[in-house]
Amino acid sequence: MWSIVFNASFITDFMAAAIRMTTPLTFAGLSCTISERSGVFNIGAEGMMLSGAFVAAVGALFTGSAWIGTGFACIIGALLGLLLAVLSITLGANQIISGVMINILSLGLTSFLSRIIMGSAITQKLPTFETWGIPFLLKIPVFGEIFFRQSPLSYISYAIAIILTFIFFKTTWGLSIRAAGENPRAVDTAGINVCLVRYICVMFSGIFASLGGAFLSVGVVRYFTENMSAGRGFIGLCIVILGKWHPLGAVLAALIFGAVDALQLRLQAFQVGIPYQFLVMLPYIFGFIAISGVVGRAQSPEAVGKPYLKES
Amino acid sequence: MNLNWKRTALSLSPIWATLVALALGAGLILLAGLNPIKAYYALFMGAFSNIYGISSTLTKTTPLIFASLGVALAFKGGYFNVGAEGQLYLGGLGATLAGLYIHGLSPLLHIPVTLTAGFVAGGIWSLIPGYLKARHEVNEIITCIFMYFIGLLFIEYMASGPLFEPGAPAAMSREIAASAQLPIIIPNTDVHLGFLMSLALVFIMHLVLTKTTIGYQITAMGLNPVASRYAGVNIVKDMCVLSFVSGGLAGLAGASEIMGLKHRLFDAFSPGYGLDAIVIAFLAKSNPIGVMVASLFFGALRSGAGMMQRAAGVPTTAVLAIQGLVILFVAISLVLPQWRPRWFRADMDKETPRKKENE
Repeated sequence: MWSIVFNASFITDFMAAAIRMTTPLTFAGLSCTISERSGVFNIGAEGMMLSGAFVAAVGALFTGSAWIGTGFACIIGALLGLLLAVLSITLGANQIISGVMINILSLGLTSFLSRIIMGSAITQKLPTFETWGIPFLLKIPVFGEIFFRQSPLSYISYAIAIILTFIFFKTTWGLSIRAAGENPRAVDTAGINVCLVRYICVMFSGIFASLGGAFLSVGVVRYFTENMSAGRGFIGLCIVILGKWHPLGAVLAALIFGAVDALQLRLQAFQVGIPYQFLVMLPYIFGFIAISGVVGRAQSPEAVGKPYLKES
Repeated sequence: MNLNWKRTALSLSPIWATLVALALGAGLILLAGLNPIKAYYALFMGAFSNIYGISSTLTKTTPLIFASLGVALAFKGGYFNVGAEGQLYLGGLGATLAGLYIHGLSPLLHIPVTLTAGFVAGGIWSLIPGYLKARHEVNEIITCIFMYFIGLLFIEYMASGPLFEPGAPAAMSREIAASAQLPIIIPNTDVHLGFLMSLALVFIMHLVLTKTTIGYQITAMGLNPVASRYAGVNIVKDMCVLSFVSGGLAGLAGASEIMGLKHRLFDAFSPGYGLDAIVIAFLAKSNPIGVMVASLFFGALRSGAGMMQRAAGVPTTAVLAIQGLVILFVAISLVLPQWRPRWFRADMDKETPRKKENE
């Protein structure tokens, strides 16, 4: 088995796959990071991702452009974020129940509508993105082609992580966001509208999740299947904890998950004698152990999960 | 408007929510260019028009009641058991093992032993997230979901690997011993003893929750764990017991499905009963009687969906969409009481102080 693992083509294939698996997870992680930083649990990331994948596929199918499809995905993501925000922030519903609701709603609607709109007769593949190569870095032998020729959405995910880091830790907006998650009363006292901050963050959370979904459907496999997000949104919840609520931490954690996922796919291809079900389980087992505290306890923002009520 | 009338109207909010969801579902079907009246008529007729429809509805209601009782109990005690589907599968595995490898018992003994095996297997699958939540404050939503994925894959492995019947056309085990099979209670149908057991459990749970201190303790733990701890309740122990029993009930759903209907372990033998259970428990506001009614409704949806597809050309996944809409409007209806119009709540609030209904 190990001779297979250390084979050169195995390693390059593995890395290319790892990077491909990482992008949707990065988006999921960033989605959960921004909402939890502002004090809202986004269990609905899974459903937002699934809806994003579906809408991107439908949009790309009808307009012939993966970019326009992705744009539609962002809109549906923002709308689902708005729904979560209205329920959990304005109406004060339980954030967990609202999120579970979004997941079930998304699964039901996308499964139904995909059969209506796309039918089962679709044979042609959806339009997708051209990969972008980064000029000079592309020349690095072996690794250049792996790391620096990627889907534009992958670059966008890294850009968002960097921008979020800057906003969180270098701007007053970021201070308001972080404070809304840690001590909403203080933010309120300072004259900043806590609800508004959370609304904006949750809507961006929806946009990021749906971008991850768009990557799944139009970015990689170029078709939509029922429940194609397959738990990646939930892994996002795990990535936040591993990444300690830091956007760049989320990128790193997503890379680890992407690597685990790519590893199990590679091992399946090489038929190493382990039943494939156990290989598919790997990311979940890894995530389970990771958040169960083996990796070290992380401190979540103080006010996550608590609705902020002004009068009380 | 009369005060009592308003109270009743408010307590029936899940029904209003369901009706709105059905209406919106009709709109979706209409948008798809199909006839919603024909679709709903076919759905209803498919579920209730003859003995086959009714028996199929009751057969599908059975695992829904077991699993939803488990989820409802967990919700009551503040444990968000969203992993019932995985626990259901493990319960099916436990029952299959007890049904395959224990021989020579009379049904009177073999059936309870097999059910217990299913209960324990499902319980353990839920106890792990429950313990981690109670002891280490690990978010049970994430762990339950991971346990669900792991469980599903594990059952697939068992049905296609160690338990696989050589030569079988699909991933399935051998048939369990006849002494472990639940008897059919309506001749010439699939309705088995599990249905009566699920009804019995509804009433037992209703009594436990309303008439005993255990029920009070569970509710108190769900409403305010901190206060419960100060009142001398051992939260860690209670949460472990609660999660175990909750998972065990979901396990019974799988066990009764194997023992009464399938008689073999298949991979993917549940079409998502454990996921429906979350919606049902929520729709029923965790009330056992409500769980029974809502399970019947969801069982009928599943049972009539085939007829709807054949007669009106509406894909069976429409049922999933309707479920999604139901849970959306129930979620809204749960928080709406605080936002009801002034004329509606004018005389209600004078009598009882406003209470938060959403948590």
